[in-house]
Amino acid sequence: MVKICLRVCLTVFTMILFVFVHAQDSLKNENPQMADAMRSSGKIYVVVTVLVIILIGLFLYLINTDKKISRIEKNIK
Amino acid sequence: MFRKNWWKILSFFFLLYTFTAGFLGKVPAKPILNETIRNLYFHVAMWFGMMIFFVVSVIYSIKYLRHNRPSDDIYAVEFARTGIVYGLLGLITGSVWARYTWGDFWSNDPKQLGAAIALLIYLAYFVLRNSLTDIDKSARISAVYNVFAFAMLFPTIWIIPRLVESLHPGGMGNPALDTKDIDSRMRLVFWFGAIPGWTLLGVWITTLRIRLQLLSLKHELHG
Repeated sequence: MVKICLRVCLTVFTMILFVFVHAQDSLKNENPQMADAMRSSGKIYVVVTVLVIILIGLFLYLINTDKKISRIEKNIK
Repeated sequence: MFRKNWWKILSFFFLLYTFTAGFLGKVPAKPILNETIRNLYFHVAMWFGMMIFFVVSVIYSIKYLRHNRPSDDIYAVEFARTGIVYGLLGLITGSVWARYTWGDFWSNDPKQLGAAIALLIYLAYFVLRNSLTDIDKSARISAVYNVFAFAMLFPTIWIIPRLVESLHPGGMGNPALDTKDIDSRMRLVFWFGAIPGWTLLGVWITTLRIRLQLLSLKHELHG
């Protein structure tokens, strides 16, 4: 179950990275058009990306702590 | 139940929904509030989480008083602890929000004062607990105190702020979160994203602490 959790988190993370890398690509081309995904509507997507990264980080940390406690519980029994 | 994983995954997706739809979704354009109206998904969710944790905490305190099981005491304490953390976060975020809408970090709004008093009452719960060295006595007295602390939530955050004039919505007798009060575009994210998401996250953190406390209890008894 924890593995599924990790896999889901990783998938979402890669998806975000993909958007990020995509946004970087258009920067390299020096295309004056600014309306790519990460720069539209006042760059709100950047905030969303940051928050989703924090969310994933926090959950990975919690999953890790959860696993550690489960291991101790098993050892004590 | 709390060693199961499905609700932890559910919490992640609720929060993922909150963080994406919460910023990208449409909200009503209101003067003064502007985009800060999105704080409803974060600031208000903290208070809902706090209330839910305090309710769970008082249920376990009553259970402890009925059956004298040490594990019930641990549940009550840890839920109260997470409730205080959520409450403090609610107070701090509310204060920042107030600075840019009402003009001041603290404007002695009845709801601000009530929430601060309620949190102080709950902080006293921990002072009381930790000042008693006898474990059984500490558990018993603090369980009784918890019932009174919970009773104080009613006047401080649910009754008085509604009777008097308040900057918060819900002053002068009308309910704060009427079903018609919250914009339909925001209702979905609020009730099916922010509230369950933040609450389940808090429950997860609490269960981790409970499991640690149960382990140390077992260690004290057998080892």
